[in-house]
Amino acid sequence: MRPALKPADDSHAVRFDLTTQTLRELNAALAALPANTNQTSWHVRNPRGEHAIAVGVTVPVAISIDGPVGYYCAGMNDGADITILGNAGPGVAENMMSGTVHVMGDASQAAGATAHGGLLIIEGNASARCGISMKGVDIVVKGSVGHMSAFMAQSGNLVVLGDTGEALGDSLYEAKIFVRGIPASLGADCEEKNVTEADVSLLVDLLKRAGVEAEPREFKLYGSARKLYQFHVDNAGAY
Amino acid sequence: MCGIAGLFLKNRSLEPELGAMTASMLSVLTDRGPDSAGFAIYGASVPGHVKFSVRGPADFDFDALAGRFEAVVTRHDDHAVISVPEGHAAVFQAAIAGHKELGLVASGSRMELFKGTGLPDDVTKRFGLARMSGSHAIGHTRMATESAVTTAGAHPFSTGPDQCLVHNGSLSNHNDIRRFLERERMSFETRNDSEVAAGFLSWKLREGAKLDEALTSALGTLDGFYTFVVGTESGFGVLRDPVACKPAVMAETDDYVAFGSEYRAMADLPGISRAHLFEPEPAKVYFWERPA
Repeated sequence: MRPALKPADDSHAVRFDLTTQTLRELNAALAALPANTNQTSWHVRNPRGEHAIAVGVTVPVAISIDGPVGYYCAGMNDGADITILGNAGPGVAENMMSGTVHVMGDASQAAGATAHGGLLIIEGNASARCGISMKGVDIVVKGSVGHMSAFMAQSGNLVVLGDTGEALGDSLYEAKIFVRGIPASLGADCEEKNVTEADVSLLVDLLKRAGVEAEPREFKLYGSARKLYQFHVDNAGAY
Repeated sequence: MCGIAGLFLKNRSLEPELGAMTASMLSVLTDRGPDSAGFAIYGASVPGHVKFSVRGPADFDFDALAGRFEAVVTRHDDHAVISVPEGHAAVFQAAIAGHKELGLVASGSRMELFKGTGLPDDVTKRFGLARMSGSHAIGHTRMATESAVTTAGAHPFSTGPDQCLVHNGSLSNHNDIRRFLERERMSFETRNDSEVAAGFLSWKLREGAKLDEALTSALGTLDGFYTFVVGTESGFGVLRDPVACKPAVMAETDDYVAFGSEYRAMADLPGISRAHLFEPEPAKVYFWERPA
């Protein structure tokens, strides 16, 4: 069961209504916050699927968005705790640096793309290319992910409680992929790895941070076989 | 980039609102396709008649033409919907072909199809979409990539009775498929890739396939990027290519099934906050049929 999509108590929050205020006003207000702001709770109403809501936030505030959002919501997030009470469009939390983005519904394509840090939690499913070119972010998807997920993923961890689409981890670098369900297929140079105690500790921590109760031993670990061109010592001179 | 809006009503009490709902969805999708727009709407049939959607010059006397065939004309800007008794339909179609200044847009028992260049709001206002009613409607806002910005190049494309298709994407093997279909006696009005996709589905339906079978067959034949939404007299289908480059969001309630290139287009639909929202999966055929 997914959590109920109810907005949190916002009696102390700064309220923003995107039917009467513009998206640009919201993003400008968030961008103007000093690091020590006491306006630490924000509630965005009527997002109506708009694109680029709450992008580029650099201060540790909590932002609740009470409905479906469009492209690139919470992109470049650096320290905020952003909750989306609905589905997210393509590129949610793309290039996140730090903080938390929590999608209470499904996420569309390229969730967490190129993200360097922070935690992205998706309560539902994520579609194709989840975690594409991820560079250090932790992503926990409680449902399944689509094809080409973790394509060229460089570092960080992708945890999938459901199944994955085709070509999981294609051209993977050093990211780790934990899957409880079944990958439709593995991409080029992606292989199943032995799970060490350190991997189990890592997974236990990730599951705990994402609020998931699951048996870590049920997950398989996938990583890079390090056999593609860029891994071969004979090609070192090309770099 | 292009925008697609589709609505398939399950609750017949919403039918008078169908045009207004579709027009509002297309308006939101203007920034995905400001070149041209079009829509097909499935309204009431006129028993014993075939509806022809025809476009022509503003001063063309459609009434005089229709009078020769005991037909009834409804004028919508530069389009006219002409209901022709079935017995006269073939001769009427030949008469249309004889008028170089006229273009046959579509025909069928229920479907009416309108399209033109310009902003979606201007196009839907010119044709009076907001006042139209029906059971399902499919609309498109076009940002041309593969062929010219012309009325004929606007979507939807219709290549069979009561059949229409809109497309977001681009095909790469359409010239080959068009040659094949022309040998199968299918004819095409444009050099547009999307019209070939419509023609392929019409050919499969002509050969006896059901809508879902035709869509499944398209997966193996058409190469390129596509999100298609298609309509038939009683059906509504959605298909995305296996790579799924082009966006798609669907919403289903007890009252309707809606398709939008983006959720924004559906934000004003009734009961949307309680709808089942989902992204149609790549290479999976979705279709809904209206009970007879």
